[in-house]
Amino acid sequence: MNPLSVVVRTICDIFAWFLGIFGAYVIIHGHISPGGGFQGGAVVATMAALLLVAYGGKKVLSFVRPGIYTGMEATGLLVFITAGFLGIGTTFFYNFLAGQGGLFGSVVPLGPNSGILNSAGTISLMNMAVGLEVVSGLSLILIYMFKGIRLFEGREGRSERGHDR
Amino acid sequence: MTGNAPFLVVGVIFLLGLYAILTERNLIKIAIGISLLEASANLLLIVLGYRTGGSVPIFTLAGDVGTMVLPTPQALTLTAIVIGLATSALLLSLVMLLYRHYGTLDVREIRRLRG
Amino acid sequence: MKRQVLFVVAVLVVAGVFLGALARIHPFGDTTRAPMDDYYLENAQRERSVNNVVTSIVFDYRGFDTLGEAAVLFTAVCSVLALFREGSEKR
Repeated sequence: MNPLSVVVRTICDIFAWFLGIFGAYVIIHGHISPGGGFQGGAVVATMAALLLVAYGGKKVLSFVRPGIYTGMEATGLLVFITAGFLGIGTTFFYNFLAGQGGLFGSVVPLGPNSGILNSAGTISLMNMAVGLEVVSGLSLILIYMFKGIRLFEGREGRSERGHDR
Repeated sequence: MTGNAPFLVVGVIFLLGLYAILTERNLIKIAIGISLLEASANLLLIVLGYRTGGSVPIFTLAGDVGTMVLPTPQALTLTAIVIGLATSALLLSLVMLLYRHYGTLDVREIRRLRG
Repeated sequence: MKRQVLFVVAVLVVAGVFLGALARIHPFGDTTRAPMDDYYLENAQRERSVNNVVTSIVFDYRGFDTLGEAAVLFTAVCSVLALFREGSEKR
Protein backbone atom coordinates (compact mmCIF):
# COMPACT_ATOMS: atom_id res chain seq x y z
CA MET A 1 0.00 0.00 0.00
CA ASN A 2 1.25 3.47 -0.83
CA PRO A 3 1.80 6.14 1.82
CA LEU A 4 -0.95 8.72 2.09
CA SER A 5 -0.62 12.46 1.56
CA VAL A 6 1.20 14.90 3.79
CA VAL A 7 -2.04 16.07 5.45
CA VAL A 8 -2.84 12.57 6.67
CA ARG A 9 0.70 12.00 7.83
CA THR A 10 0.81 15.25 9.82
CA ILE A 11 -2.47 14.52 11.59
CA CYS A 12 -1.24 11.00 12.26
CA ASP A 13 1.91 12.37 13.85
CA ILE A 14 -0.22 14.32 16.31
CA PHE A 15 -2.89 11.76 17.11
CA ALA A 16 -0.68 8.70 17.48
CA TRP A 17 0.61 10.13 20.77
CA PHE A 18 -2.89 10.70 22.08
CA LEU A 19 -3.85 7.16 21.14
CA GLY A 20 -0.91 5.70 23.04
CA ILE A 21 -1.50 7.82 26.13
CA PHE A 22 -5.24 7.19 26.17
CA GLY A 23 -4.71 3.44 25.82
CA ALA A 24 -2.21 3.45 28.68
CA TYR A 25 -4.71 5.41 30.78
CA VAL A 26 -7.46 2.88 30.09
CA ILE A 27 -5.15 -0.01 30.99
CA ILE A 28 -3.80 1.50 34.21
CA HIS A 29 -7.21 2.69 35.46
CA GLY A 30 -8.86 -0.62 34.59
CA HIS A 31 -9.91 -1.40 38.16
CA ILE A 32 -11.53 1.94 39.00
CA SER A 33 -13.15 3.02 35.74
CA PRO A 34 -14.68 1.34 32.70
CA GLY A 35 -11.96 -0.35 30.72
CA GLY A 36 -9.21 -2.80 31.40
CA GLY A 37 -6.40 -4.65 29.75
CA PHE A 38 -8.26 -5.86 26.70
CA GLN A 39 -9.92 -2.57 25.81
CA GLY A 40 -6.86 -0.41 26.40
CA GLY A 41 -4.69 -2.87 24.54
CA ALA A 42 -6.97 -2.65 21.54
CA VAL A 43 -6.76 1.16 21.67
CA VAL A 44 -2.97 1.12 21.72
CA ALA A 45 -2.82 -1.45 18.94
CA THR A 46 -4.82 0.96 16.78
CA MET A 47 -1.67 3.08 16.74
CA ALA A 48 0.11 0.41 14.70
CA ALA A 49 -2.75 0.37 12.19
CA LEU A 50 -2.70 4.17 11.94
CA LEU A 51 1.04 4.28 11.31
CA LEU A 52 0.89 1.47 8.75
CA VAL A 53 -1.93 3.10 6.79
CA ALA A 54 -0.49 6.61 6.87
CA TYR A 55 3.17 5.88 6.26
CA GLY A 56 3.06 2.69 4.25
CA GLY A 57 4.73 -0.58 5.03
CA LYS A 58 8.19 0.21 3.75
CA LYS A 59 8.91 2.98 6.23
CA VAL A 60 7.20 1.48 9.29
CA LEU A 61 8.49 -2.04 8.85
CA SER A 62 12.03 -0.74 8.47
CA PHE A 63 12.21 0.21 12.14
CA VAL A 64 9.62 -2.07 13.75
CA ARG A 65 11.15 -5.28 15.05
CA PRO A 66 8.60 -8.09 15.45
CA GLY A 67 10.94 -9.83 17.88
CA ILE A 68 10.29 -7.13 20.45
CA TYR A 69 6.54 -7.65 20.13
CA THR A 70 6.94 -11.41 20.47
CA GLY A 71 8.93 -10.91 23.65
CA MET A 72 6.33 -8.50 25.02
CA GLU A 73 3.55 -10.97 24.36
CA ALA A 74 5.36 -13.85 26.04
CA THR A 75 6.20 -11.59 29.00
CA GLY A 76 2.59 -10.52 29.44
CA LEU A 77 1.27 -14.06 29.35
CA LEU A 78 3.95 -15.28 31.77
CA VAL A 79 3.27 -12.49 34.27
CA PHE A 80 -0.44 -13.25 34.06
CA ILE A 81 0.00 -16.97 34.71
CA THR A 82 2.56 -16.34 37.46
CA ALA A 83 0.23 -13.93 39.25
CA GLY A 84 -2.43 -16.62 39.05
CA PHE A 85 -0.15 -19.31 40.44
CA LEU A 86 1.19 -17.20 43.30
CA GLY A 87 -2.15 -17.35 45.04
CA ILE A 88 -2.30 -21.12 44.92
CA GLY A 89 -1.88 -21.34 48.70
CA THR A 90 -5.62 -20.63 48.91
CA THR A 91 -6.96 -21.26 45.44
CA PHE A 92 -5.81 -20.78 41.88
CA PHE A 93 -6.18 -17.06 40.93
CA TYR A 94 -6.63 -16.01 44.56
CA ASN A 95 -6.12 -12.28 45.05
CA PHE A 96 -3.31 -12.43 47.59
CA LEU A 97 -2.37 -8.72 47.34
CA ALA A 98 -5.76 -7.12 47.94
CA GLY A 99 -6.18 -5.25 51.22
CA GLN A 100 -2.74 -6.21 52.56
CA GLY A 101 -1.16 -2.77 52.33
CA GLY A 102 1.91 -2.14 50.25
CA LEU A 103 1.82 -2.66 46.49
CA PHE A 104 -1.73 -2.46 45.15
CA GLY A 105 -2.96 -3.14 48.66
CA SER A 106 -5.01 -0.11 49.70
CA VAL A 107 -8.47 -0.78 51.08
CA VAL A 108 -11.25 1.07 49.30
CA PRO A 109 -14.21 2.45 51.29
CA LEU A 110 -17.51 0.71 50.74
CA GLY A 111 -20.11 2.31 48.54
CA PRO A 112 -19.51 5.03 45.96
CA ASN A 113 -16.10 6.65 46.29
CA SER A 114 -13.66 8.56 44.16
CA GLY A 115 -11.36 5.61 43.53
CA ILE A 116 -7.87 4.75 44.77
CA LEU A 117 -5.28 3.92 42.14
CA ASN A 118 -3.12 1.79 44.44
CA SER A 119 -5.76 -0.84 45.14
CA ALA A 120 -7.26 -4.06 43.82
CA GLY A 121 -4.27 -6.35 44.35
CA THR A 122 -3.44 -8.71 41.52
CA ILE A 123 -6.26 -7.31 39.40
CA SER A 124 -4.15 -4.25 38.60
CA LEU A 125 -1.14 -6.41 37.86
CA MET A 126 -3.15 -8.70 35.59
CA ASN A 127 -4.65 -5.70 33.79
CA MET A 128 -1.19 -4.47 32.89
CA ALA A 129 0.03 -7.94 31.90
CA VAL A 130 -3.00 -8.61 29.72
CA GLY A 131 -2.74 -5.11 28.26
CA LEU A 132 0.87 -5.80 27.27
CA GLU A 133 -0.17 -9.09 25.72
CA VAL A 134 -3.07 -7.62 23.75
CA VAL A 135 -1.03 -4.65 22.50
CA SER A 136 1.73 -6.86 21.18
CA GLY A 137 -0.60 -9.57 19.89
CA LEU A 138 -2.83 -7.27 17.87
CA SER A 139 0.17 -5.29 16.59
CA LEU A 140 1.79 -8.54 15.47
CA ILE A 141 -1.38 -9.59 13.66
CA LEU A 142 -1.60 -6.20 11.92
CA ILE A 143 2.08 -6.16 10.93
CA TYR A 144 2.08 -9.70 9.59
CA MET A 145 -1.18 -9.26 7.68
CA PHE A 146 0.27 -6.08 6.21
CA LYS A 147 3.37 -7.99 5.22
CA GLY A 148 1.06 -10.53 3.59
CA ILE A 149 -0.12 -7.88 1.14
CA ARG A 150 3.22 -8.02 -0.64
CA LEU A 151 2.37 -11.58 -1.61
CA PHE A 152 -0.02 -10.00 -4.12
CA GLU A 153 1.98 -6.94 -5.07
CA GLY A 154 5.21 -8.78 -5.76
CA ARG A 155 3.60 -10.43 -8.75
CA GLU A 156 3.37 -7.19 -10.70
CA GLY A 157 6.67 -5.93 -9.37
CA ARG A 158 5.23 -2.70 -7.97
CA SER A 159 6.99 -0.77 -5.23
CA GLU A 160 5.55 1.70 -2.77
CA ARG A 161 5.31 5.26 -3.98
CA GLY A 162 3.79 8.29 -2.25
CA HIS A 163 1.54 10.92 -3.74
CA ASP A 164 3.94 13.78 -3.39
CA ARG A 165 7.27 12.23 -4.22
CA MET B 1 -42.10 0.28 27.25
CA THR B 2 -39.80 -1.52 24.92
CA GLY B 3 -41.24 -4.89 25.76
CA ASN B 4 -39.31 -7.76 24.32
CA ALA B 5 -38.00 -5.80 21.34
CA PRO B 6 -34.28 -6.29 22.24
CA PHE B 7 -34.70 -10.06 22.00
CA LEU B 8 -36.27 -9.62 18.57
CA VAL B 9 -33.30 -7.48 17.51
CA VAL B 10 -31.05 -10.37 18.53
CA GLY B 11 -33.10 -12.70 16.33
CA VAL B 12 -33.01 -10.31 13.37
CA ILE B 13 -29.21 -9.93 13.55
CA PHE B 14 -28.84 -13.70 13.85
CA LEU B 15 -30.97 -14.21 10.72
CA LEU B 16 -28.95 -11.62 8.79
CA GLY B 17 -25.75 -13.50 9.64
CA LEU B 18 -27.36 -16.82 8.70
CA TYR B 19 -28.50 -15.35 5.38
CA ALA B 20 -25.00 -14.13 4.61
CA ILE B 21 -23.44 -17.50 5.43
CA LEU B 22 -25.94 -19.61 3.53
CA THR B 23 -26.50 -17.59 0.35
CA GLU B 24 -23.40 -15.50 -0.31
CA ARG B 25 -20.59 -16.88 -2.43
CA ASN B 26 -17.85 -14.39 -1.58
CA LEU B 27 -15.56 -15.51 1.24
CA ILE B 28 -15.28 -11.99 2.68
CA LYS B 29 -19.06 -11.76 2.91
CA ILE B 30 -19.20 -15.14 4.64
CA ALA B 31 -16.66 -13.82 7.15
CA ILE B 32 -18.91 -10.80 7.71
CA GLY B 33 -21.82 -13.18 8.33
CA ILE B 34 -19.84 -15.06 10.96
CA SER B 35 -19.03 -11.75 12.65
CA LEU B 36 -22.74 -10.90 12.65
CA LEU B 37 -23.51 -14.20 14.40
CA GLU B 38 -20.93 -13.34 17.05
CA ALA B 39 -22.46 -9.90 17.48
CA SER B 40 -25.92 -11.37 17.98
CA ALA B 41 -24.63 -13.78 20.62
CA ASN B 42 -22.90 -10.94 22.47
CA LEU B 43 -26.02 -8.80 22.30
CA LEU B 44 -28.13 -11.64 23.69
CA LEU B 45 -25.82 -11.98 26.69
CA ILE B 46 -25.95 -8.26 27.42
CA VAL B 47 -29.72 -8.08 26.99
CA LEU B 48 -30.25 -11.03 29.35
CA GLY B 49 -28.38 -9.24 32.14
CA TYR B 50 -30.20 -5.90 32.01
CA ARG B 51 -32.24 -4.54 34.88
CA THR B 52 -34.67 -1.69 34.38
CA GLY B 53 -33.11 1.53 35.63
CA GLY B 54 -29.84 -0.16 36.47
CA SER B 55 -26.51 1.64 36.43
CA VAL B 56 -23.11 0.32 35.41
CA PRO B 57 -21.57 -1.99 38.04
CA ILE B 58 -18.75 0.42 38.89
CA PHE B 59 -18.59 2.24 42.21
CA THR B 60 -16.20 5.03 41.24
CA LEU B 61 -18.08 8.33 41.52
CA ALA B 62 -21.37 6.50 41.21
CA GLY B 63 -24.54 8.29 42.16
CA ASP B 64 -27.34 5.91 43.04
CA VAL B 65 -26.14 2.36 43.55
CA GLY B 66 -29.49 0.85 44.46
CA THR B 67 -29.91 -1.01 41.18
CA MET B 68 -27.04 -2.25 39.08
CA VAL B 69 -27.09 -4.39 35.95
CA LEU B 70 -25.71 -7.91 36.23
CA PRO B 71 -21.90 -7.94 35.98
CA THR B 72 -21.33 -11.58 35.03
CA PRO B 73 -22.82 -11.45 31.50
CA GLN B 74 -20.75 -8.35 30.81
CA ALA B 75 -17.55 -10.09 31.89
CA LEU B 76 -18.32 -13.14 29.77
CA THR B 77 -19.18 -10.92 26.80
CA LEU B 78 -15.78 -9.29 27.16
CA THR B 79 -14.25 -12.76 26.87
CA ALA B 80 -16.39 -13.55 23.85
CA ILE B 81 -15.47 -10.31 22.07
CA VAL B 82 -11.74 -10.98 22.38
CA ILE B 83 -12.14 -14.55 21.19
CA GLY B 84 -14.22 -13.30 18.25
CA LEU B 85 -11.47 -10.82 17.39
CA ALA B 86 -8.85 -13.57 17.34
CA THR B 87 -11.12 -15.78 15.24
CA SER B 88 -11.75 -12.98 12.74
CA ALA B 89 -8.04 -12.31 12.34
CA LEU B 90 -7.32 -15.97 11.67
CA LEU B 91 -10.29 -16.22 9.29
CA LEU B 92 -9.21 -13.23 7.21
CA SER B 93 -5.63 -14.49 7.06
CA LEU B 94 -6.88 -17.79 5.68
CA VAL B 95 -9.02 -15.90 3.13
CA MET B 96 -5.94 -13.95 2.01
CA LEU B 97 -3.98 -17.16 1.50
CA LEU B 98 -6.89 -18.76 -0.36
CA TYR B 99 -7.07 -15.78 -2.69
CA ARG B 100 -3.37 -16.02 -3.39
CA HIS B 101 -3.62 -19.74 -4.11
CA TYR B 102 -6.73 -19.76 -6.28
CA GLY B 103 -6.92 -16.21 -7.59
CA THR B 104 -10.59 -15.89 -6.67
CA LEU B 105 -12.85 -15.52 -3.65
CA ASP B 106 -15.80 -17.45 -5.08
CA VAL B 107 -16.54 -20.58 -3.09
CA ARG B 108 -17.73 -22.41 -6.22
CA GLU B 109 -14.35 -21.91 -7.85
CA ILE B 110 -12.41 -22.77 -4.72
CA ARG B 111 -14.31 -26.01 -4.31
CA ARG B 112 -12.59 -27.38 -7.41
CA LEU B 113 -9.29 -28.69 -6.15
CA ARG B 114 -6.17 -27.46 -7.83
CA GLY B 115 -2.77 -28.96 -7.25
CA MET C 1 -31.67 -21.15 -6.00
CA LYS C 2 -30.86 -24.21 -3.92
CA ARG C 3 -29.18 -21.98 -1.38
CA GLN C 4 -32.25 -19.77 -1.05
CA VAL C 5 -34.41 -22.84 -0.35
CA LEU C 6 -31.87 -23.95 2.26
CA PHE C 7 -32.02 -20.50 3.80
CA VAL C 8 -35.83 -20.54 3.99
CA VAL C 9 -35.75 -23.92 5.74
CA ALA C 10 -33.08 -22.64 8.15
CA VAL C 11 -35.12 -19.50 8.83
CA LEU C 12 -38.20 -21.54 9.64
CA VAL C 13 -36.30 -23.82 12.04
CA VAL C 14 -34.45 -20.97 13.76
CA ALA C 15 -37.56 -18.79 13.99
CA GLY C 16 -39.57 -21.65 15.52
CA VAL C 17 -36.97 -22.36 18.16
CA PHE C 18 -36.42 -18.66 18.81
CA LEU C 19 -40.09 -17.76 19.19
CA GLY C 20 -40.61 -20.78 21.43
CA ALA C 21 -37.80 -19.57 23.64
CA LEU C 22 -39.10 -16.00 23.57
CA ALA C 23 -42.47 -17.12 24.94
CA ARG C 24 -40.83 -18.52 28.10
CA ILE C 25 -38.03 -16.04 28.73
CA HIS C 26 -38.29 -13.39 31.44
CA PRO C 27 -39.40 -9.92 30.27
CA PHE C 28 -36.70 -7.51 29.21
CA GLY C 29 -35.22 -5.67 32.16
CA ASP C 30 -36.93 -7.83 34.77
CA THR C 31 -33.96 -9.81 36.06
CA THR C 32 -35.07 -10.02 39.65
CA ARG C 33 -33.57 -13.33 40.76
CA ALA C 34 -29.81 -13.33 40.31
CA PRO C 35 -28.19 -14.39 43.60
CA MET C 36 -24.70 -14.90 42.19
CA ASP C 37 -24.56 -11.44 40.64
CA ASP C 38 -25.98 -9.86 43.77
CA TYR C 39 -23.24 -11.56 45.79
CA TYR C 40 -20.62 -10.10 43.46
CA LEU C 41 -22.16 -6.63 43.62
CA GLU C 42 -22.33 -6.65 47.40
CA ASN C 43 -19.01 -8.26 48.27
CA ALA C 44 -16.57 -7.31 45.52
CA GLN C 45 -15.52 -4.10 47.26
CA ARG C 46 -15.07 -5.73 50.65
CA GLU C 47 -13.36 -8.94 49.55
CA ARG C 48 -11.20 -7.71 46.70
CA SER C 49 -11.09 -3.92 47.33
CA VAL C 50 -11.92 -3.08 43.73
CA ASN C 51 -14.40 -0.55 42.41
CA ASN C 52 -15.04 -2.10 38.99
CA VAL C 53 -17.11 -5.24 39.59
CA VAL C 54 -16.75 -6.41 35.99
CA THR C 55 -12.97 -6.36 36.26
CA SER C 56 -13.12 -8.25 39.54
CA ILE C 57 -15.10 -11.00 37.85
CA VAL C 58 -12.90 -11.10 34.75
CA PHE C 59 -9.58 -11.25 36.57
CA ASP C 60 -10.39 -12.68 39.97
CA TYR C 61 -13.60 -14.59 40.54
CA ARG C 62 -13.47 -16.15 37.10
CA GLY C 63 -9.81 -15.76 36.31
CA PHE C 64 -9.61 -19.24 34.89
CA ASP C 65 -11.84 -18.15 31.99
CA THR C 66 -9.52 -15.26 31.28
CA LEU C 67 -6.55 -17.62 31.28
CA GLY C 68 -8.23 -19.63 28.52
CA GLU C 69 -9.05 -16.43 26.66
CA ALA C 70 -5.43 -15.28 26.79
CA ALA C 71 -4.38 -18.71 25.56
CA VAL C 72 -6.82 -18.43 22.64
CA LEU C 73 -5.45 -15.01 21.71
CA PHE C 74 -1.89 -16.31 21.92
CA THR C 75 -2.76 -19.29 19.72
CA ALA C 76 -4.41 -17.05 17.11
CA VAL C 77 -1.37 -14.76 17.00
CA CYS C 78 0.92 -17.78 16.60
CA SER C 79 -1.28 -19.09 13.79
CA VAL C 80 -1.23 -15.79 11.88
CA LEU C 81 2.54 -15.58 12.29
CA ALA C 82 2.87 -19.13 10.98
CA LEU C 83 0.63 -18.41 7.97
CA PHE C 84 2.54 -15.28 6.93
CA ARG C 85 6.02 -16.39 7.90
CA GLU C 86 9.11 -15.38 5.97
CA GLY C 87 9.60 -17.23 2.73
CA SER C 88 6.02 -18.45 2.49
CA GLU C 89 5.57 -16.64 -0.84
CA LYS C 90 8.07 -18.88 -2.59
CA ARG C 91 5.87 -21.96 -2.44
